Amino acid sequence: MHAARLTPFLSLAGLLSLWVVAAILTDDAQILPKPWQLVPLFLQEAGSGELWTHLFATIIRVLWAFALAMTLGTVLGLIMGRSARTNAWLDPWLVVFLNLPALVLIVLCYLWIGLTEAAAITAVTLNKVPNVAVVIREGARALDPDLDAMAQVYKMSWRARLRHVVFPQLAPFIAAAARSGVAVIWKIVLVVEFLGRSSGVGFQIHLYFQLFDVAMVLVYAFSFICVMLLVEWLLLQPFERRARRWRDA
Amino acid sequence: MTRVDIASKMFGSIPVLGPIRFEINVGETLALVGPSGIGKSTLLRILAGIDPEFDGSIERPENLAFVFQEPTLLPWRSVIQNILLPHPQLTSQQARDMLTRSGLEGKEDLFPKQLSLGQQRRLSLARAFAQAPELLIMDEPFVSLDRDTADRMLDLTEKLISDHRPATVFVTHDMREADRLADRILRLENTPEGACLA
Repeated sequence: MHAARLTPFLSLAGLLSLWVVAAILTDDAQILPKPWQLVPLFLQEAGSGELWTHLFATIIRVLWAFALAMTLGTVLGLIMGRSARTNAWLDPWLVVFLNLPALVLIVLCYLWIGLTEAAAITAVTLNKVPNVAVVIREGARALDPDLDAMAQVYKMSWRARLRHVVFPQLAPFIAAAARSGVAVIWKIVLVVEFLGRSSGVGFQIHLYFQLFDVAMVLVYAFSFICVMLLVEWLLLQPFERRARRWRDA
Repeated sequence: MTRVDIASKMFGSIPVLGPIRFEINVGETLALVGPSGIGKSTLLRILAGIDPEFDGSIERPENLAFVFQEPTLLPWRSVIQNILLPHPQLTSQQARDMLTRSGLEGKEDLFPKQLSLGQQRRLSLARAFAQAPELLIMDEPFVSLDRDTADRMLDLTEKLISDHRPATVFVTHDMREADRLADRILRLENTPEGACLA
C-alpha cells in the first residue's frame, strides 16, 4: 500500500532524472535548461505577478470551455444514446466534427467571430463537444432498461430520474469524459491563445517562442501542468471516488 | 376495477399476444401461468403501462406498483432512499415502518449490494407496498430463491396483500405459489395469433 502510493512520485522522479541527463548531454541552457535553472525564473515571474495574471486568464478560458463542452456534450450524447432516430440524424455531424482538425475550427472561429474571447471559447468548446457526446452516448446506450421501467411505474419526476437513476449510471462515463476533457481542453486553449489572444499561458509561450527562450516556455508550461494536476487530485479524483462509493461498500 | 382488453401485441411481424380479455376486482389476486417465453412478462408490462405498443385498451388505477423479476433497486442509493425516492410523499418514519414490516429493520443505511438476494427482494416488495397500491403487479417475485427464503417471502407477500387488499396479478411457474396466493389462475397458451388465455 505504502509502495503503491510512492509509485507516482518515483515515476515522476524518473522523468526528472531523464530531463537532467538530457540537459547535461545537451549542455546548452538555451536549448534545454536543467530543472533547477527554472526556479529563479519561476520566482521572478511569480513575484512580478505576470505568472498569476496569465495563469488566471487561461484557467478562466479552460473553465468556460470545459463547462460548456461538458454540458452540451452530455445533453447531446444522452439524447443520441436514447433516441435512435436523433442519433441517425446527428451521427454524421458528429463524425464530421470529430475529424475536423482543431486548428481549422480555431481559425474559422477567429475569422467568423473575430479575435475575441467569445471566439476563443467557442472554438475550444466546439473541439471538445463531439468527444464528450461520443463517450456519453455509449453510457446512455448502456442504461439499465429495468431501472427505466421502475422509474416509469413509480412515476418518478424527470428531475428525480435524472439525478437518481440516469446520472449515477452515467457517472463513470462523465468522469472519463471530464478527465480527457480537461486534458484536451487546456491544450487547445493554449493553441487558441497562441494564435489570437493577448493574455494567457499560450500567449506567453508564443511570446517566448519568438524570443527563443526555452526556459520561460517551460516555466509557463509547467506552471499550468501543476494547476491541472491540482484539478485532477482535488476535484476529479474525489468526484470519481464519491461516484463509486456504493461499489466499494 | 382493472380491465385488460388486448387485441394483439406484435414484436415486428411476430405475434406475441393474441386476443386477451380479463378483469381483476379490488382485493382479488390473480396468478398468470404458462410456458416460458409465451409472453407473460410482456402482458404484465402492457398492464403496467411500461409497454404502450399494442392494440387494445387497459383500464387501471393510477396508484400501481410493480415487483420485477430482479429486485431492480438503485444500487447507488441506500435502502431507505430506495423506498423514499420512488415515493417522495412518504415520511422517513413511514419508510422505516415499511422496512420493519418487511424484516429489514436496522438495514436502512446500507446499500442494496450489502443485502442478500432474499433481503433485496424484500426491499423490492417493501417499495411496492409503501404507497398502498390499488394494483400490484409481480413478475416471478420468488424466482431464484432457496425454498426457505421463498417461503418466508411468500408469507410476507401474503400478509401484505391481506393487509392492503390491492388487485394483484402475478406471474409464476410454481403452482404451489399460485394455489397459496391466488383467488383465480389464468393460463396462457400458444395459438397462431399469439398467446391467448386457455
